[in-house]
Amino acid sequence: MEIIFVLIPLGLILLLFAVWAFFWAVRNRQFDNLDAEAWRILMDGDQAPPPREPADRDR
Amino acid sequence: MPGRFQAVVDGAERELCCVGCAAAARLIDQMGLANYYRFRDEGGAPRPPDAVDRARYAVWDRPRMLDAVARSCPGAAGEREVEILLEGIRCAACVWLVEGSLGQLPGVSEVQVALATGRMRLQWQPAELPLSEVLGRLAALGFAPQPVEGNVVLEAQARARRQALKRLFVAGIGMMQVMTFAAAVYIGLPAGMEDQFHEFFRIISMIVATPVVLYSAAPFFRRAWLDIRLRTVSMDVPVSIAIGGGWAASIWFTWLGHGEVYFDSITMFTFYLLLGRYLEMQARHRAGDVADALARLTPQSAMRLDADGQATVIGVAELEVGDRVRVLPGEHFPADGRIVAGRTHADESLLTGESVPQSRQAGDAVIGGSLNLGAAVDVSIERVGGDTLLSGIARMLHRAQAERPPMARAADRIARWFVGGTLLVACTVFWIWSQLDPSRAFEITLAVLIVTCPCALSLAMPTALTTGTGRLARGGLLVTRQGSLERLARADTVILDKTGTLTQGRIRLRAVEVTGREPAARALALALALESHSEHPLAGAFVADASALVPDGAPLESLVATEVVNHPGQGLSGIIAGGEYRIGNRAFITGWPLSLPDASAEPGTEVLLADRSGLLAVFRVEDQLRPGAARAVTDLRAMGLEPWLASGDQPAAVAEVARRLGIDSWRGGQLPEDKLSLIRELQAAGRRVVMVGDGINDAPVLAGADVSVALVRGTPLAQNAAGMVLTGESLAPLPAGIGVSRQTLRVIRQNLGLSLAYNLSALPLAAAGLVPPWLAAIGMSASSLIVVLNALRLGRLPMGETVTPDRPQVTRTQAAGG
Repeated sequence: MEIIFVLIPLGLILLLFAVWAFFWAVRNRQFDNLDAEAWRILMDGDQAPPPREPADRDR
Repeated sequence: MPGRFQAVVDGAERELCCVGCAAAARLIDQMGLANYYRFRDEGGAPRPPDAVDRARYAVWDRPRMLDAVARSCPGAAGEREVEILLEGIRCAACVWLVEGSLGQLPGVSEVQVALATGRMRLQWQPAELPLSEVLGRLAALGFAPQPVEGNVVLEAQARARRQALKRLFVAGIGMMQVMTFAAAVYIGLPAGMEDQFHEFFRIISMIVATPVVLYSAAPFFRRAWLDIRLRTVSMDVPVSIAIGGGWAASIWFTWLGHGEVYFDSITMFTFYLLLGRYLEMQARHRAGDVADALARLTPQSAMRLDADGQATVIGVAELEVGDRVRVLPGEHFPADGRIVAGRTHADESLLTGESVPQSRQAGDAVIGGSLNLGAAVDVSIERVGGDTLLSGIARMLHRAQAERPPMARAADRIARWFVGGTLLVACTVFWIWSQLDPSRAFEITLAVLIVTCPCALSLAMPTALTTGTGRLARGGLLVTRQGSLERLARADTVILDKTGTLTQGRIRLRAVEVTGREPAARALALALALESHSEHPLAGAFVADASALVPDGAPLESLVATEVVNHPGQGLSGIIAGGEYRIGNRAFITGWPLSLPDASAEPGTEVLLADRSGLLAVFRVEDQLRPGAARAVTDLRAMGLEPWLASGDQPAAVAEVARRLGIDSWRGGQLPEDKLSLIRELQAAGRRVVMVGDGINDAPVLAGADVSVALVRGTPLAQNAAGMVLTGESLAPLPAGIGVSRQTLRVIRQNLGLSLAYNLSALPLAAAGLVPPWLAAIGMSASSLIVVLNALRLGRLPMGETVTPDRPQVTRTQAAGG
C-alpha cells in the first residue's frame, strides 16, 4: 500500500499538466466560439462536386 | 419569375430570385464552396439590394478610416486586425462559407466568425489586400459587412468568460480529486485504515483544495469584501464564510492531525457555485445585441461638400465639426448637425421614440443615425464621434445590457433577504451549539451555511431563460431583447400587420386601368419613377412587374422623379418632368385635395396615381397569403390569444384578408400612429400586446408594443426595433414560440418553488445538527442539479416542423437563394 505515497503525487503532477494544457487552450481562444465548431468536422474544406443523382434534374 | 436568373451550382443549373443572388451563387460555386447549400439551416440571409456595390466600401481603404477600426498586430509585421459586424449570419454553414471564402484570399492570415454575435475577426496584410476587397466579397456573398471599432465591452466579456472557464476547470478537477481521496477515507476508516494513510490523504486533500479556494473561489471573497465595505449582504458573504471558514478549520485540523476535515465539501461547493455562475454569465452575455443594432445604424461614410460644392465620399471617422455633407433620401444622417439647404422628413423613432417622421428644413437640427426619408439635404455637422446623441444612447444600452433580466433581479432581491436571514440563523446556531456542545458547533454552523446557500434559487431563472431562448432560436424565433420571452408568455393579444406579415409581401401588380388622360405605358412609367424611391413592398411590385404590363410589349419609358417624399401609410409624392404627381391610397389622393370616382368592387388593393388636375390611373395589386398564415391564426386563438389585424391598406382589402383568415377584429387604413394608439388602447384595457410587423412604418409601432416580432425579410429598421425576429418564411414559430415561452415561465416557477422549499426544509435539519457538512454539500448540489436539469427539459420541447426547414429541399430542388 505504501506505493500510493508515490502514485498519488505522480497523479497530481499529471493533473498539473492537464490544468496547464487547459489554460493554454483557453488563452488561445479555443473555447470562445463553441456553436460553429461542432459543425466544422462535418464540412470538408475543398471537396469536388459529388456526382448527382438523376433526381436532381427533375424540373 | 421562373427561368430569369440561373446559375450553375454544384454542376446543376438552378433558378435564383435575382441577379445578385445568381452572382453570389456563381461565386460560391467557383470557389468550390457549394457545400454551403447542403449545410445551411435556413433559406439564407436576406440581402440588402445594394450589398454588392463594392465602391461603397472604398472608403475603408483610406488610412484614417483604417486606423479608426484596425489594430496593428504586435506579433506579425504589417499585419492588422479588424472586427466586422456581419448581417445575416444565421447558421454554421454561413460561418463556414465566410471563413472558407475569405481564407482563400492572399494576405488573409486568420478569419474567425462568431455565430452567436454575427461578429467576425479578421487578421490580414493591408498592403497585400485592401479591406474594401474583403468587404466587397462579403457583400457579394450576401452578408452586409460593417467594420466596427474593437468593442471594449465585448472584449471584456470574452475575457471574463475565459477567466471563469479557467476557475471552473480548476474547481472541477480539484473537486474530483478531493472526492476520490475523501471516498477512500470514508470507506477505509471503518475497515481499519492506518493512521499514516489517513494523515497522507488529509495532506494531499489540503494541497489540492488550496488552489481551488485561493484561485477558483477568489471572486466570491472579492465580492463579499466589497459587500461588507458597502454595508450590504449578498449571497457571496455566507458563501465566503463557509468556504473560507471550512478551509481554515480543515487546515488547522490537518496540522493538529485529528478532527474532521471538510476539503471535499468546500471544493464541491465551490465547483457547483462556479458552474451556476458560469451558466448565468453566458446567458447574460448572449442575451442582447442591441448595441450591435445601433452600430449597424451608424453610417460608415458621408458625402462631404467642399467650398465649391464638389462632393467627395469620406468615412464618418474623418468628419469634423463644421463640415458640410449631403445626405440622400434613404440614407442615415452621419452625425448630429443642422440642415443648411433643402427640406425633408427624418425618421427618428429609434433614437427618440417619436413615431411620426419629423419635418426638417433649413435651420433645424438633425440627429446622427436617424433616417432621411424625404429628399436630399445639405447638413452642417455640429457634433461628431463620441459626442453624438447616438453614441450616448449606445453607452446607455451598454449599461442596460450589463443588467440582469427583471425576473432575475427579483430573485436576487429574495436571495438577499434570504442571505441576511441565513447569517442571522448561522450566528444563532453557532452560539446555541457552543453552549450545548462546543466540539460540534463549528461543524454544524458550516453545514447550515452550506445547506442554506440559495444558489439553486439564483440558478433557477437564468438556466431556464437561456434554454428557452435557445429552443426558440432553433425553432425560428430569435429573442433579441431582454425580457421579451417573459412578456411573450404573458401576452393575450396579437396584432398582425397585413402586408408582408400575413401576406407574402410579394405583391404582384395585376392590372392597370387608365382614365384616358394618359396612355397606360406613360402611367406605368410615372408610377415606377415614384415607387423606385420607396422600400415598401408595394413599390417592389411596380419595380418587378411594371414593364410586363406595358401594352404590346413595348419598352417602358424611363423617367426620373425628384423631391420624392414618402408619406408613411399613405403614399409618395414627387416631381417628374416639371409636373407634381402623387401615388398612394385613396385618402392620400383625396387629401390633396382631389375628388375621385367611387371605388369599384374589384377585389384586391388599389393604388391611385394622380397629378394636380386629377386621377391618371388606378393600379390593382394583389398579395398572396403567407403559407401557414391561417394555421398560425387558428393556433394563436387556440392558445387563448386574440388576433387583431391592423394595416395601412384600404379597409376593403383588409376585411378580405381578415375574412379569409377568420380574424374578427380588424382595422384598415391605419397610419403608424393609429396602430400605436390601437396598441395603447388595448394596453389601457389591461391587455398585453404582441405586435408582428415588418416595414419601416412598423418600427415605431413595434417599439410601442409589449413584445414586438419582426420578420427576417422585413426592413432592418423594423428588426432593430423588435424584441424578437422570426427567422423563417413561416409564421408557425410564433404560436409554437408562445407555447415554449409559457413553458419556460412554468419551469421558472417550478424551479423557484423547488429551491425555496429545499432551502427552507433543510435549514432546521442542519441547525438541529442532523446534517454533516458533506451531506449539506451534496444536498446543495443536488438541488442545483435538479433545477438545472428541469430547465434543460425546455431544450427538447417540440416546436412544430420549423427546424431546418430548407435543408432537404435545397439539395434536391433548384431553389437556391443567395
